[in-house]
Amino acid sequence: MSEILQKLWDNGLLMLGIWETVYMTFISAFFSYLLGLPLGVILCVTARDGIRPIPWLNRILDLLVNIFRSIPFIILMVAMLPTAKFIVGTSLGNKAMIVTLVIAATPYVARMVESSVKEVDKGVIEAAQSMGASDLRIISRVLIPEARPALTVGAVISLVTILGYSAMAGTIGGGGLGMIAVTYGYQRFSNDVVWICVALTIIVVQLIQEIGMRVARKTDRRTA
Amino acid sequence: MIELRNISKTYKTKKGEFTALSNVSLTVSDGEIFGIIGLSGAGKSTLVRCINYLERPTSGQVVIDGSEVGRLSKKELLKLRRNIGMIFQGFNLLEQRTVLRNICFPLEIAGVPKDKAVQKARELLELVGLTDKETSYPSQLSGGQKQRVAIARALASDPKYLLCDEATSALDPDTTRSILELIREINRSLGVTVVVITHDMKVIDKICDRVAVMDSSVVTEIGAVTEVFSKPQSETAKKLILPEIRTADSISGGERIRIVYNGESSHTPVVANTILSSGVPLNILYARTKDIDGRAYGELVLQLPDDSRAANRVKNYLDTNKVTYSVLEGGAGNVRDTAKAVG
Repeated sequence: MSEILQKLWDNGLLMLGIWETVYMTFISAFFSYLLGLPLGVILCVTARDGIRPIPWLNRILDLLVNIFRSIPFIILMVAMLPTAKFIVGTSLGNKAMIVTLVIAATPYVARMVESSVKEVDKGVIEAAQSMGASDLRIISRVLIPEARPALTVGAVISLVTILGYSAMAGTIGGGGLGMIAVTYGYQRFSNDVVWICVALTIIVVQLIQEIGMRVARKTDRRTA
Repeated sequence: MIELRNISKTYKTKKGEFTALSNVSLTVSDGEIFGIIGLSGAGKSTLVRCINYLERPTSGQVVIDGSEVGRLSKKELLKLRRNIGMIFQGFNLLEQRTVLRNICFPLEIAGVPKDKAVQKARELLELVGLTDKETSYPSQLSGGQKQRVAIARALASDPKYLLCDEATSALDPDTTRSILELIREINRSLGVTVVVITHDMKVIDKICDRVAVMDSSVVTEIGAVTEVFSKPQSETAKKLILPEIRTADSISGGERIRIVYNGESSHTPVVANTILSSGVPLNILYARTKDIDGRAYGELVLQLPDDSRAANRVKNYLDTNKVTYSVLEGGAGNVRDTAKAVG
């Protein structure tokens, strides 16, 4: 074990890194869903074959999502630092990173939600319409509940993606395992620190994946 | 009463306009079971969706109990739909809800308090005979059970009308029979007016009072089922009613006639008498009995000899004894030609 690794362990920085990674990921995911879930539903509902087609709105949102999705995260992150400063008052630290993560992840989440909601059987929607359900009722009582298993799987995938982004955020002032791997491992030629970070990341991802998929399976009534 | 007045529906596609319905008019009276039969693509599914405005007609009027559906506000339309239950070929149950909560769904929409909704749902489960499936999910049910749940759900808001869109097409014959019986019982005991869409003549025979025959976006024939069955007028009706008979087309020889008789006339041995008195040997191509709306009907296809004088003797005998018959024109080739001309 290298001296650096020993030190990181002794002063608790490694544990803090794990915590920061998990915390940034979940907080960012929460805000990304707060924005991305409605955005995804709107994308689906206003599409030409949706329950309330609004072509111009759909086209604008679709374009916006595509633009943000096509910028590599590392570039988007740097470009969004002024925005972060505007929103949380600083362009450094975890708070600022959460802002950039949310900006990057929201379009991703929106696409996830859109594709999940699109999977809901058209016949079921038609049945709800035949009962006199309004569009809002159909969204809240049919589209989202019926898409729940797919939405859960999507959330797991989104969490893992955001976790990957958060590691990159470590290179420009964020905390977490990414920052430790780069600052203490890569820049100080301490390979074991890098490998420990890799192993810890794998463990965190596995936990998210395993628990999430189990929840998705258990709550899907089609296979219960 | 449901009145459809000159309903047309066209879709704009990339290849130009597509006409799904062309000037369709019909009236469904209160309390009856009205069938709409046609081959796939005839426009019958579009037509039934025009009744509750799931499809908005391009022109024409839908009038339900005196009010014109096209003039209703969005809110009024949603309210009207609660008075028109609908069931589907694919059942369309909410997969993530239990049976009981599926049936509660329309009541939720209508803002009925939960305990009242549950009570109503339980009553309906009893009506459709699925009391023990209350907590099951749709994936745990058979097709017939799913359709029963769908029927219960469609009836939850006490609708006056029930629309059935190919409701038995995905079911096996036994299950089809029991679902049809259930629909008839609902019609008789609850007084619900039913509109049935199907491509299957057996469904019409079994439960419908009147039937409209559709082909290529137009209604070709409307009448009492017994009437249309015994004397089909349009080519489409003949095609739908006489599907088995067409298999006898390949047999060459003389003219073929179809005789339909009901319970009262079946005492007389028509065929034997005809042969004896005309002295002409007849070939029986097809024969069966069938139950239409509770009455027994017999159907018979005879082939007359090539010799036209002998054939006329048979026809004369039938005419003088007032036996209704229809001459089946042409062979299989001819039927296909007609279909092409119409389509």
